[in-house]
Amino acid sequence: MPADRSAPLLDVRDLCIGFPARGGMVPIVDHVSFTMPEAGILGLVGESGSGKSVTAMAIMGLIDAPGVRVSGSVRFRGRELIGLPPRQMRRLRGRDIAMIFQDPMTAFTPVYTIGWQIDEQIRAHERVTRAQARARTVRILGEMGVPDPERVARRYPHQLSGGLRQRAMIAMALSCNPTLLIADEPTTALDVTVQAQILDLIRSLRGMHGSSVLLITHDMGVVAQTCDSTLVLYSGRVAETGPTARVFDRPGHPYTAALLDSIPPLYGPRPDRLPAISGTPPTPMDRPAGCAFGPRCAHVHAACTTTPPALVPLGPDHAAACVLPAEGTPLPPRILRASNDTCP
Amino acid sequence: MTATPPAPTALLAVRNLSKTYHVGHGQHLTAVDGISLSVMPGEMLGLVGESGCGKSTLGRCMLRLTDISAGQVMFEGRDITTLPERHLRPLRPRMQMVFQDSSACLNPRRRVRDLLAEPLRVHPGPDGRRRPGADIDRRVHDLMDLVGLSATALARYPHEFSGGQRQRINIARALALSPRLIVADEPVSALDVSVQAQIVNLFADLQARLGLTYVFVAHDLAVVRQVSNRVAVMYLGTIVEIGPTDSVLHHPVHPYTAALTAAVPRPVVGARPPPPLGGDIPSPVNRPAGCRFHTRCPYAQDRCRVDEPVLRPIRPGHEAACHFPLAPS
Ligand SMILES: Nc1ncnc2c1ncn2[C@@H]1O[C@H](COP(=O)(O)OP(=O)(O)OP(=O)(O)O)[C@@H](O)[C@H]1O
Ligand SMILES: Nc1ncnc2c1ncn2[C@@H]1O[C@H](COP(=O)(O)OP(=O)(O)OP(=O)(O)O)[C@@H](O)[C@H]1O
Ligand code: SF4
Ligand code: SF4
Ligand SMILES: [Mg+2]
Ligand SMILES: [Mg+2]
Repeated sequence: MPADRSAPLLDVRDLCIGFPARGGMVPIVDHVSFTMPEAGILGLVGESGSGKSVTAMAIMGLIDAPGVRVSGSVRFRGRELIGLPPRQMRRLRGRDIAMIFQDPMTAFTPVYTIGWQIDEQIRAHERVTRAQARARTVRILGEMGVPDPERVARRYPHQLSGGLRQRAMIAMALSCNPTLLIADEPTTALDVTVQAQILDLIRSLRGMHGSSVLLITHDMGVVAQTCDSTLVLYSGRVAETGPTARVFDRPGHPYTAALLDSIPPLYGPRPDRLPAISGTPPTPMDRPAGCAFGPRCAHVHAACTTTPPALVPLGPDHAAACVLPAEGTPLPPRILRASNDTCP
Repeated sequence: MTATPPAPTALLAVRNLSKTYHVGHGQHLTAVDGISLSVMPGEMLGLVGESGCGKSTLGRCMLRLTDISAGQVMFEGRDITTLPERHLRPLRPRMQMVFQDSSACLNPRRRVRDLLAEPLRVHPGPDGRRRPGADIDRRVHDLMDLVGLSATALARYPHEFSGGQRQRINIARALALSPRLIVADEPVSALDVSVQAQIVNLFADLQARLGLTYVFVAHDLAVVRQVSNRVAVMYLGTIVEIGPTDSVLHHPVHPYTAALTAAVPRPVVGARPPPPLGGDIPSPVNRPAGCRFHTRCPYAQDRCRVDEPVLRPIRPGHEAACHFPLAPS
């Protein structure tokens, strides 16, 4: 099938993922829709358990737990991935779509050298000699900022520091020039100074390889400094999506606004108390009938409690799943508060 | 002539404190390397630094939860460095620790009521006698109130709570015996941002209400800023900079502190991050000679490779260990 160049790189429509539990189906991910352009970086944020990893696994065709139901549509350059035969999905994985995880040890086998494993990944998708594969491995490791890449390629995973291992894993993911890289919390386990190196690398990927990145994180700081657009998940549903600057300055969903407000400022005046969100997110099993954020929302009212609010457009590419904008009472912009937290 | 007021006694002080681990093959790892530090009553000291720099080890040494290799620990003006556990026991109620992993510290088979009552049953009351059941019960209810949990939760088990609620239970347990000093080791790191803010507020409230003294260990600088009035920055087992919170975080003079604060991704769009610090953290088994930071420091000179800098005053109450401190910004 020829690739459709006019379509977005990735087009996810009404993705639903249900896990069997207690004799029924629990809707872990509930009608999630979003698109990704070519050479874009999309930040997927949300609290623990909101469905970020499960969404990524579904895109990769990696959910195979017994009884799981995946429905909706995931189109990659126009080609439907849901229901694709496993063999074709395997060919796509690694070559067109690659994924990296929080823990690089899951990506590497301890008994082979880093270089050998990257060579094999290349040879699984392309007909090249061992020497050609190694030359490419060394070049990519170098591009990932690995010092002395030839020597590092001969090392075993446990012989490398956390930051080097993370870079080696990104190198392996990029070894076949994938169009889309899905990175699931790639820096959560790293120190901030090492995280800064990896984020720098992710930002440079589109220039280096023309790749798009779906970056999963729970850190709004990482999103602000790395992603062109942002998708906020709350309890398995899209709360808000839009260009990052727009979402941070004029959040349309009370959850996004409250989440941003609850981050302690590093600069500017120090508040006596942080504006915390009370309570905790519902589990997918006891999600309320209406808006899932309702029990914690300062603006909750009768209209919120009947059905889950639909995504309403708020501007170019910007939408939020909240009843307030349609009721004529949208949230005020946050622009002023945000500018307080910049470095003096 | 006016008499000089007596120097106030630090609640906790460590002098040249070192902790060395044997790591096999005849090798030693000095996790804490000659640290001196005082914590005054009512103070909230933040301890920051990257993974493995020795924050948790220092915290455990401060409370004598681990043996000390060299140096001294003073609590309430008394040397407790080599005090046997038997004599340490009466002091334990006044110094408590809160850990990161809220579920690992709570016995899953015990109800919240018993978890909170246990320290009260084990340790005698202020009069030296066993506490009557009614007193324990009243105290348990007060504790729930203090940490913002409803008394109906007393009959439940730890797994029935969310991570944030479990951390409240942990904090209540640490407060049971009315401690003066709390060492909190990454108490909010495992929590979601929206829940972190609740617990950070709880720490601030408790300090204001009970006049507690904290040592708050965290790697999130913004969280530390919210709960501390003084910050110590650690690198490879030593303190490289210490001073009033905003003096250290906003006007760092040690190149490592400057790199650390610059690397924090701020939730502000358009703020271009500075070029990241190169290099990896050296192994603490084989730490560099001279300044421990010289392998990564953009300002390193020849002198830094041979001569180890010591903490010296920079501004009032603010010290840094660097031969070439940065000009104040
Ligand atoms: N194999 C499974 N069977 C049943 N439920 C599952 C399974 N995998 C995940 N879940 C549930 O799906 C929900 C979403 O999980 P997911 O791992 O996607 O969250 P996440 O947003 O990635 O969270 P985190 O930030 O903690 O990584 C959670 O409630 C989780 O318990
Ligand atoms: N029981 C032990 N035996 C041997 N080495 C240890 C032991 N405990 C800690 N270490 C080492 O001591 C150093 C300091 O560890 P510590 O846990 O105090 O660091 P930390 O600053 O708390 O790090 P983190 O931010 O990862 O919690 C590390 O190199 C660690 O590997
Ligand atoms: S729909 Fe209602 S409860 Fe949900 S976020 Fe909007 S105002 Fe709050
Ligand atoms: S002493 Fe030298 S190497 Fe160490 S921090 Fe200062 S300038 Fe850098
Ligand atoms: Mg996840
Ligand atoms: Mg620690």
